[in-house]
Amino acid sequence: MSRLWSVVVAGVALGVGSACLTGCGKPAAPSLKVGLNTELTGEIPAVGASSRNAAELFVSQVNDDGGVKVGDGKLPITLVVRDNGAKADQAAAAAQQLITQDEVVAMIGPDASACAIPAAAIADSLGCPMISPWSTNPKTTIDSATGKPRPNVFRACFTDTFQARVLAKFALTNLGAKTAAVLYDVSSEAPTGQANLFKQTFEAEGGKIVAFETYTTGDRDFSAQLTKIRAAAPDVIFLPAYYNDVPLVAQQARRLGITTPFIGSDTWSTPEIIALGGDDIEGSYFCNHYSTQIATPAAQKFVNDYQARYNQLPDDVAALTYDAFGLLTTAVTAAGKADRDAIREALGKIKEYPGVTGTMRFENGSGDPIKSAVILQIKDGKFNWVANAQP
Amino acid sequence: MDIHLFAPQLAYLAQQAINAIQLGSIYALIALGYSMVYGVLTMINFAHGDLFMVGAFLCLILVSAAPIPLFLALILVMIGTGIVGALLERLAYRPLRGAPRVSAIITALGCGLIISNTVLSISPYARPMPRLFQDTTFAVGGVTISALQILIIGTSVALMIVLDLLIRRTSFGMAMRAASFDLKTVPLMGIPVNTIVGGTFFIGAALGGAAGVLYSQAFPVVFATMGMLVGWKAFVAAVIGGIGNLRGAVLGAYILGTVEVFSVAYLPSTYRDLIAYSLLLVILIFKPYGLLGKAPIQKV
Repeated sequence: MSRLWSVVVAGVALGVGSACLTGCGKPAAPSLKVGLNTELTGEIPAVGASSRNAAELFVSQVNDDGGVKVGDGKLPITLVVRDNGAKADQAAAAAQQLITQDEVVAMIGPDASACAIPAAAIADSLGCPMISPWSTNPKTTIDSATGKPRPNVFRACFTDTFQARVLAKFALTNLGAKTAAVLYDVSSEAPTGQANLFKQTFEAEGGKIVAFETYTTGDRDFSAQLTKIRAAAPDVIFLPAYYNDVPLVAQQARRLGITTPFIGSDTWSTPEIIALGGDDIEGSYFCNHYSTQIATPAAQKFVNDYQARYNQLPDDVAALTYDAFGLLTTAVTAAGKADRDAIREALGKIKEYPGVTGTMRFENGSGDPIKSAVILQIKDGKFNWVANAQP
Repeated sequence: MDIHLFAPQLAYLAQQAINAIQLGSIYALIALGYSMVYGVLTMINFAHGDLFMVGAFLCLILVSAAPIPLFLALILVMIGTGIVGALLERLAYRPLRGAPRVSAIITALGCGLIISNTVLSISPYARPMPRLFQDTTFAVGGVTISALQILIIGTSVALMIVLDLLIRRTSFGMAMRAASFDLKTVPLMGIPVNTIVGGTFFIGAALGGAAGVLYSQAFPVVFATMGMLVGWKAFVAAVIGGIGNLRGAVLGAYILGTVEVFSVAYLPSTYRDLIAYSLLLVILIFKPYGLLGKAPIQKV
C-alpha cells in the first residue's frame, strides 16, 4: 500500500513539475513558422536532403535580409523540419504534427507523390496551406472524395498529365519509336500515375504498348519482368522509377542483353542516379523541371548560391523547393499577416510567379501551375539538356 | 557463341528458369539459417534477415577499405556475420532459453529492429556496392546467362553441399542433429549445449552473410532495410519446405523463386505476389508442416 502511495506522489510531482517548466518558459519571439515535410530517410533520402538544403538556403537568405515582409514589419522564418521516411503513413503523421503541434502557418512538401497525397488530405482538412515542390501526380491537389480541387493544396511543379504527354510525344517524334514497353512500381503513386498516363497518351498518338509490367517497392530482382519485355522487343522502354530503382533495372536489362534505350520521368532527376547507374543508363533520356545549362539570370544566381553553400549543383527538387518557398513568402507579403486563411487566399490569387524553374502560371483557381518542361539526356556521366517542351 | 537451336518459347522458358534458379539460390542460403536455428532451438530467429543485411554491409566496408577478390571477401564476411550471429545468440537469446516461446519471438523481432535501425542511423542512404569481378554475358541459343549468375548459383550450391557434409559427416554435425532431436538430453551425452547452439547460429548467420555478399553483387545497392523483404520471403520459403528441415529449406526456396518468377513470366506481373503466396497457402493447407516437415509425434 505504501509503495502505491509513493508511486502516486511521484506521478503527481512529475506532472506538476513539468507543467511548471513549460508554463514558466519565456514566450518565443514572433516569427513565421513554416513546416518542411520531406523524405530524409527511407527509399529516397537524396530527395529529402535536396529539399532541406534548398529550404535552409532560402530561409537563411530571407532572414539575413531581416525576414519576410508582413504588413508593416518583417518576420523571420522559423523552419520546422519533419521526416516522412518516404512512407505514406509517416507522411500523414508528420503533416499532423507540423500543423497541430508545431503550429506552422504553411507546410512545404512532401516531395514524393505517395507521401504528398495523404499529407494533402490532412492539410486540407485542417485548413493549412500546403505547397508540394515535386509531387507531379494529379491526385495531390484533387480531393478524391468529391473530385474537386483542394483549396489548400498547391504545387510548384507541372503534373503528370502534362509530363506524360511530353514524354510520349518525345518518344514518338524525336526518337521515332513505334512500340514501347513500360516497367513501373505498382505500389507507388507517382510511377503508377505516370505509367498509366504515358500509356494513354502514347496509344492515343498512334504508338503501341507491347509490354506493361510492374513490380513492388522494395523489389530488387526485375529479371522476370525484363525477360518478358525483351521477348516483346520494344523500341523504347519507359521507366518511371525513382533514382534508387533505375540503376538496378538498367543493369539487369543490360545483363540480359537488352540494348533498347530507356526514357524516364522527373523521378530520375536526382544526381545520385549517375553514381549508382554508371554506364548502364548512359544515353537514356528523361523529363525534368529545369536544367542548369539553360538557366535564366535569377536561376543562375540560385545555382551559384546553392553551389557555394553545399558544393554541389542543385537538382530539380532543390530548385522547386526554393520556388515553393518563394511562392509562399510572396503570398504572405500579399496577405499582410501570418495567418493560414489569409495566406491561402493570397496563394489562390497569384496568377504568375517567376521562379528559378521558370515562370509558372496559375489559372482557373487551380493549384497546379502551367510550366514548361525540359528533356535531358544522361551523357558522359552528366545531365545534358536536349530540348524544351512548352505547355 | 550464338546457336539458334531453341524455339523462342523454349528459350524464353529457359531464360526465366535461370532467373528462378538464381533467385531461389539466394533465398535458399537465407532460409537455411532459419531452419537450422528452428531445428535446434524451436525458435524463429526473426533477426536473421537483418544478419543478411549485416553481411552485405560488412562486404561493403571490406571492399571500400581494400580491393580484395570476391572469394576472400566471401570468406571474411561469412566469418564476420557468423560472429555477429553467435554474439546475438549469446547476448539476446541464451538468457531466454527456458522462457515462453512468445518472449523469444518478441526478443528476436526486437533484435532485428535494433540491428536494422542501428545500421540505418549510421548509414541512412543507399550505397552502391562496387563490382568485385568482371562480368561477361554468354548467349546460348537465345538464352542470355551472365558469369555473375553462374557464380551465384555455383557458390550457393557449393555452400549447401558443404553444409550437408558438415551436418552428416562431422561429429559437430552429429551433435547438431542430436540437439535438434532432443535438446534436453544432449548435455546428458556429454555435449556442451551452449557450444552447439552458438555454433548453429554461427553457421546459419555465416550462410546469411554469404547470401548478402552474393545478393549485393547481383543487385548492387546496399541499404539498412534490405534484410526485411528478402528475409521474410526466405522465412516463408523455409516454412513451405518444412521449418527445421534443411533439405526442406532449400526445396522451399527454389519453389518460391520459381513461383515468383514464373507467375511474372506467364501472367500479368501485378499479380505476382498474390499468385505466389496463394499457391504457397494452398501448399500449406495440404501439408501444414511444410513439404518435407513431419508432424511432431506425441509419445505417451
